Amino acid sequence: MAYPKQFRYTKEHEWVDAKDGNATIGITDYAQHELGDVVFVELPATGTAFTAGKTFGSVESVKAVSDIYAPASGEVIEANAALQNKPELINTDPHGEGWLIKVKLANPAELTSLMDAAGYEAYIEEKKKEASA
Amino acid sequence: MRYLPKSPAERQEMLAAIGINSIEELFSSIPEPYRLKKPLDLPGPLSETELIQYFQARAAENSAGYTSFLGAGVYNHLRSVVTDTILQRGEFLTSYTPYQAEISQGTLQAIFEFQTLMCQLTGQEVANASMYDGSTATTEAVLMAERLTGRRRVLVARSVHPEYRDVLRTYAKNSGLKIEEIPYSAAGRVDSNELKTALRDDVCALVVQSPNFFGALENLAPLADAAHASGALLVTAIAEALSLGVVKSPTEADIVAMEAQSFGLAPSYGGPFAGVVAAREKFVRQMPGRLAGQTTDQDGRRGFVLTLATREQHIRREKATSNICTNQALCALAATVHLALLGKEGIREMAEQNLAKAQYTLEELEKIPGIKRTFKAPFFNEFTVELPRSVKIVNAELLKDKIVGPFVLGAAYSELSKHALVCVTETATRGEIERFAGCVRRALEQPL
Amino acid sequence: MNSKIKKASRHTNQNAGLIFEKSSPGKRAFDLPPLDVPAIDPEKALGSAHRRGGVEGFPEVSEIEVIRHFTRLSTWNYAIDLGMYPLGSCTMKYNPRVNEYIARLAGLATEHPSQPQELSQGCLKILSLLEKCLLEITGMDAITLQPAAGAQGELTGLLLTRAYHEKSGNPRRKVLIPDSAHGTNPATAVIAGYEVENIKSNAEGQVDIGKLRAQVTEDVAALMLTNPSTLGIFEQQIPEIAAILHGKGALLYMDGANMNALAGVTRPGELGVDVMHLNLHKTFSTPHGGGGPGAGPVAIKKILEPFLPVPVLVEKVDGKLALDFHRKESIGRVKAFSGNFGVLVRALAYILAYGPGIRQATEDAVLNANYIRKHLEPDFDLPYARPSMHEVVFSDALQKKNGVNTVDIAKRLIDYGFHPYTTAFPLIVPGALMIEPTESEDKEECDLFIDAMKSIAEEAEKTPEVVRTAPHTTRVRRLDEVGAARKPILRWKPAASRSEAAD
Repeated sequence: MAYPKQFRYTKEHEWVDAKDGNATIGITDYAQHELGDVVFVELPATGTAFTAGKTFGSVESVKAVSDIYAPASGEVIEANAALQNKPELINTDPHGEGWLIKVKLANPAELTSLMDAAGYEAYIEEKKKEASA
Repeated sequence: MRYLPKSPAERQEMLAAIGINSIEELFSSIPEPYRLKKPLDLPGPLSETELIQYFQARAAENSAGYTSFLGAGVYNHLRSVVTDTILQRGEFLTSYTPYQAEISQGTLQAIFEFQTLMCQLTGQEVANASMYDGSTATTEAVLMAERLTGRRRVLVARSVHPEYRDVLRTYAKNSGLKIEEIPYSAAGRVDSNELKTALRDDVCALVVQSPNFFGALENLAPLADAAHASGALLVTAIAEALSLGVVKSPTEADIVAMEAQSFGLAPSYGGPFAGVVAAREKFVRQMPGRLAGQTTDQDGRRGFVLTLATREQHIRREKATSNICTNQALCALAATVHLALLGKEGIREMAEQNLAKAQYTLEELEKIPGIKRTFKAPFFNEFTVELPRSVKIVNAELLKDKIVGPFVLGAAYSELSKHALVCVTETATRGEIERFAGCVRRALEQPL
Repeated sequence: MNSKIKKASRHTNQNAGLIFEKSSPGKRAFDLPPLDVPAIDPEKALGSAHRRGGVEGFPEVSEIEVIRHFTRLSTWNYAIDLGMYPLGSCTMKYNPRVNEYIARLAGLATEHPSQPQELSQGCLKILSLLEKCLLEITGMDAITLQPAAGAQGELTGLLLTRAYHEKSGNPRRKVLIPDSAHGTNPATAVIAGYEVENIKSNAEGQVDIGKLRAQVTEDVAALMLTNPSTLGIFEQQIPEIAAILHGKGALLYMDGANMNALAGVTRPGELGVDVMHLNLHKTFSTPHGGGGPGAGPVAIKKILEPFLPVPVLVEKVDGKLALDFHRKESIGRVKAFSGNFGVLVRALAYILAYGPGIRQATEDAVLNANYIRKHLEPDFDLPYARPSMHEVVFSDALQKKNGVNTVDIAKRLIDYGFHPYTTAFPLIVPGALMIEPTESEDKEECDLFIDAMKSIAEEAEKTPEVVRTAPHTTRVRRLDEVGAARKPILRWKPAASRSEAAD
């Protein structure tokens, strides 16, 4: 799966799609692949504020739970309600319909330190090499 | 040694295959000063016969031959021999936790049936595969309420079993929970007036027991309304599960913490029993303990698996809903078999026999001058009476008649200094009840 | 492949729907003696607010149906009575049958925990003798038999630790836990009100002494150590570990899950352990029963004695035994009544059957593990080469190259007639195969296991697909755990569950 060029990426495998001070956040295709079939997603309520680096929810497969870390500070505008009944959207369309939350960014400048698509693709190549070493 | 299947020759072969000369070499990683040089000073070894003799001698030093009117959280009920027949099957007795579903379908289906029976009895939507006992189930229910509401105050009725409250206090000390006790009224139930002042918006749970420790049935509807109005959850503990054969399910409760010992488990000096946590479906992801779920295999066959395991310690580790690993699976199986044997009609009949015998006993006792029923709330198979003199003294007399008398309430409630908690189940014959009443009458006639 | 499967794997395939699906009004399996007192109208006794009509959906079947239903269910299980469970850290040893007989004796099974203590001397003597035996085995000073399982024992041990530190004025906030630990350790530490701090194992899978020295401060209450570790390796530096902890006033907690490698050979009390729990359903043979019950006694050094949970077993002046409920500094109760007595009885019977010869069981357990290790070393990757005690941990590194992982190998082992080994931990070995045969296996069963594992290793190379899609011979094949977690169905309901019974 291609990594959308307009997204920014974190080392914890989240993607951020920012526009006009708001951002949509999700986890990457690499992350969903590592996790396996998603069975449940725990997301924050609308209005919740968080700072960059803190966890804001979790994604569960049968045998594992992954905390999701906020790539930037902000306030939740909307959590993806579709994931309640169809958590598998994270597996089938992690960069699109599997989005997790929409936020109002507190400080859009925080995003400049994140990786771009090419940087992220190189990062996960390294990870794959480490795993098979 | 009969439990060890290797002959000396086999041991030699295996040592040779490893390439060493003696078993000692396999312990070389233990620093020399710490390797024991002589055998432990333990009694035995005993043959099977001697083992049985030893324990039979111990059994003879207990209460054999006595009739008992004790309840207080542990109940004597009839048990079919069929239950033990099933429990003693090696495939149930000696099997492991059903993590490998393909070769544990027997255990998993039995757990699924247990969960269903517990839901049917309590009227709740989901039930787990067991906790250690009613006391820890109650504690886990409170911790669950704390997680669900994010609040730290707990209101616990004093009419909840004293030992259940003790356990909750031990666990709460370290989790920042603040426990407050709510008194009981003259009727023997939770005082809803006391509740109004105590229920503020920082309470996670109101904990009551029904039938409560005094045997009285609580009115759950107004308690639930009061709790919910302030955003708290109602936790209902049940120590005498058989009451549900004739008493309405506590559907008003958000979480039920039940002791299933009444279903096929011998008193066994206090354990092992089987606790259950049952709750509304929307709370399931905060529920502690194992859960068996129905599913299909790749060929479409129905099967069962442990599910929602991400709540548990082996995956969630420090964020788990509980640290429980080993539960009371075999005891839950005993309850499942027992309830299947009793069935819909049997549990009703057994519960009604308890009601009848307890009522009869109260009537017989009330004929004795000076004995008064204490609480007017309806009861199931336990009730509280006040005696004209210390219960301890009366019980001492009863022991001479080979009767284990009722629970001395004064031990746990200093304001109930002359009160006794009498329990009568379907196991008490009319003759024994009448003899009991006669002995109590005689005991009270003794000069002090 | 067929010729290599020497151990028969039989999975009886009889149908049995749920007991509710067999139900029919009017059937009963158990009759009560007739009521011999006047009958009561429940409506009158309870009032209409409390009265219940009947339990909706409760089963109505006959006695033979109960027997048949549960007997069939039982035949779908693997069990120790059928063959080896190589589950690491579970110690699936033989459950002596005489223990079942003893636990059911009238006079033991019938006793009420609240009955007068003078009528319970037999029970109390059993508890007293068990305490003495476990203290002799562990080399500790005092013990409580109250905790209902290992995890509850861990909690009790940590609560004792907390009480001790609080009394000395510095409650301390942290508990150190090795990254190889069983999941109950961190889960328990949090419930006890501590912060968990991980301590990394060194290259040999042991506690890194250098890191320990750096991490043990006066804010650390205890280190929770499993010995032998979950790798099956003895922590050789345990006396030094104890010294480092004690030097900063911290305590050494030992998770006794692996006592099967130590009983009769060495004593934790002499190694510097301050507090430990035992799993009676592991080392001491009480049956697992499909997941419990167990018991988790906690043995301690004198310094923790004032804090023991109530009740504490004491000997009175007249030589009689009693339960003491009034202990000023006690941490309180951890469970109603006094412990899983039925389990404690079985454990005592096990110890008395062996007597001082209990060391032989330990030796046989360690011999079996090393025999299996020796034979499987050519076929599986051994991440830590130190001597194994009662269990050995391999990894799936060699098989991963063909896309076969430890779970696949474990599932294929089922086709060879065995229960899988432990796959879930220790976390420090990715793709772990944790194997503990226990002393209950003879050479023949060990050889069958070795042959099966060698065969699977070969299959992983030549026909990996067979391993990846295992098991092939069971009643049900790989079950949909994802569906079960997404849309949990946790009980039977009359309308919804009229699905086909398994065929």
